[in-house]
Amino acid sequence: MGRHVATTTHPGPVLVAAGCGGTGRELASYGDLSALGGFVTRTITLRPRPGGPQPRVVESPSGLLHAVGLQNPGLDRFLATELPWLVRAGARVVVSIAGETVAEHAELARRVGQSPGVAALEVDLAEPDPTDWGLVETREPMASGLVATRIVATCRRELPRDVPVLAKVRLDPLRVLDQALGLAEAGADGLVVGHSLPALMPDGRHAGLSGPSLFAVARRCVAEVHAGLPTLPVIGCGGVATAEDARAMLAAGAVSVQVGSAMLTDPTTAHRISAELAADAAAAAESTGAGTRVGEALA
Amino acid sequence: MTTPTAEAPTGPRHVTGEILTTKKVGAYQHLTLAVPDVAERARPGTFVALPAGEGRMGRRAFWIRGVRTVGGFGSAVEVVVDPTGPGSRWLAAQPAGTRLEVTGPLGRPFSLPRDPVSCVLVGEGYSAACLFPLASRLKERGCTVVILLAAADESRLLAALEARRTARSVTVVTGDGSVGRSGAGAPLADLVAAALPEVLQRAAADVVYAAAPAATLARVARAAEDVGAWSQTALEQPGPCLTGLCQGCAVPVVGEDRLVRMVRGCTEGPVLRGDRVRWDDLGGVPAPVDQGAL
Ligand SMILES: Cc1cc2nc3c(=O)[nH]c(=O)nc-3n(C[C@H](O)[C@H](O)[C@H](O)COP(=O)(O)OP(=O)(O)OC[C@H]3O[C@@H](n4cnc5c(N)ncnc54)[C@H](O)[C@@H]3O)c2cc1C
Ligand SMILES: Cc1cc2nc3c(=O)[nH]c(=O)nc-3n(C[C@H](O)[C@H](O)[C@H](O)COP(=O)(O)O)c2cc1C
Ligand code: FES
Repeated sequence: MGRHVATTTHPGPVLVAAGCGGTGRELASYGDLSALGGFVTRTITLRPRPGGPQPRVVESPSGLLHAVGLQNPGLDRFLATELPWLVRAGARVVVSIAGETVAEHAELARRVGQSPGVAALEVDLAEPDPTDWGLVETREPMASGLVATRIVATCRRELPRDVPVLAKVRLDPLRVLDQALGLAEAGADGLVVGHSLPALMPDGRHAGLSGPSLFAVARRCVAEVHAGLPTLPVIGCGGVATAEDARAMLAAGAVSVQVGSAMLTDPTTAHRISAELAADAAAAAESTGAGTRVGEALA
Repeated sequence: MTTPTAEAPTGPRHVTGEILTTKKVGAYQHLTLAVPDVAERARPGTFVALPAGEGRMGRRAFWIRGVRTVGGFGSAVEVVVDPTGPGSRWLAAQPAGTRLEVTGPLGRPFSLPRDPVSCVLVGEGYSAACLFPLASRLKERGCTVVILLAAADESRLLAALEARRTARSVTVVTGDGSVGRSGAGAPLADLVAAALPEVLQRAAADVVYAAAPAATLARVARAAEDVGAWSQTALEQPGPCLTGLCQGCAVPVVGEDRLVRMVRGCTEGPVLRGDRVRWDDLGGVPAPVDQGAL
């Protein structure tokens, strides 16, 4: 495969998903950020956003319902304070971005790309309700030439060659391969599959659903993309909570996994999974010399 | 709680703890948890996050009421559980010996005054739990401590006797009049607001520390401002993670620059300056908002 996704190599295939790792500082109390495959920031927008009203996150039997509303300090403050801290902490920083227009994505990508220490850019094309928050509408059926592909092509153009663009897409098993083909052609270096599912809060407001109920759907999406586009690195995201989940996601064709809401129950989840996979890899390397499943996924 | 020194460890840990003792006291369940490496780090105003039972992804916060050394277990933290909903009822029903994933100590503690000033502590219901370690620390520093305890009824009045040992005076208000001043059914926030001015005046309060539901805290913050005292309010803004990861617990706070920022109740709080919290906008997103703090 021609392109190299920095975040999927050493030291392991486990990343913290967008919006589930705070600013990174909080997480650093529980483990060294440099020991993870990567840290995806919460989605950063050009201007600061205060987020939505309470309740923002509500438990349900099938997972967490959330409507945080993209609270973030805006690009300027993120680049001045949070990003340098993460880089100093040794994190492989994947900066998640979303914009109100394609031009805003261009500015976000350009300025993130000019900042030292960024391992990859993740374009959030899969907010459950983008228009509620004034973002570009990306929910139309995907095909090359449409807005999501334009956004990815724009970001690719604005970034240095050695900063990969990851496109984060919806959990839609029937359409995910079509979308992946279009996005890969537009220049996406990898795909993150996927985001929370559109849902309703108990009070009727729009929300995203995250957690265990997403796992099998996310895994199916990974398998669909892997079957149709085996050279495109796919990062599995949705309901990963244990090392067993991560192994199953890798077995379906993912090069790495992102851990989201499971971090909110146990802030050590990503570190724990990461350590268990590293132990697998070490044991397998010892018994066979090389060529383990995890090893292949990382190659 | 130990007096922090320059070398004292700080910051939270995530550990497997164990319920050592669990005892019903009035309406509440008092738990002692053996938690390696957590108790030493506790400061007054910090809390632990505990699980809420099988199948619940969110966690529940409980004030650290005290720290004890338990033979064979090292140190332990004490918490007071008000069994009101599914999570707290589950926790209150767990027998001694139950192992739990514990995260803590979490949150910013109360700031302690440098000088031996006059302090009034206001606690309501189980929330008063976090004031006991605070009272001891203030006393160590030579501060005068006066306590106002409020509860719906006597069964929810936390350790008035213990309060009397550390405090110069203790005023008690109950909603049903079972102890102390009676409320004749008025909301506790109103009763506290009615009793407080006199308490503040008599103590010539420099600082007011409060732990209570938000409605009461808002009244305490205003009363403190009226007499020119600083206030430190311990706010219970629920959120699923309590570790600062999700931004689920946003609280609107006004900065020096008059801009309103949404800060995390679990991380920039739970103790916030009473004059900084936009009490009327809790739960909402006041405009205009700046995102400086996050
Ligand atoms: C900093 C802090 C300290 C606390 N200290 C104590 C303590 O010492 N003792 C004690 O008994 N309780 C304390 N609480 C409250 C406690 O954490 C739980 O919120 C409470 O026990 C209710 O949880 P539940 O599952 O029993 O009930 P429910 O209220 O039914 O909880 C179910 C749902 O409501 C939401 N929720 C949780 N807590 C609240 C709340 N306070 N208000 C509104 N909605 C909520 C949750 O997201 C959850 O999904 C504290 C809370 C905070 C934030
Ligand atoms: C509280 C919360 C906040 C989130 N914020 C973002 C965000 O800012 N940007 C984003 O792309 N995804 C966000 N997500 C989605 C997660 O990154 C992830 O894609 C999704 O939750 C599915 O994974 P999970 O089942 O492991 O949680 C958020 C999820 C949660 C629970
Ligand atoms: S509860 Fe998650 S950040 Fe405060």
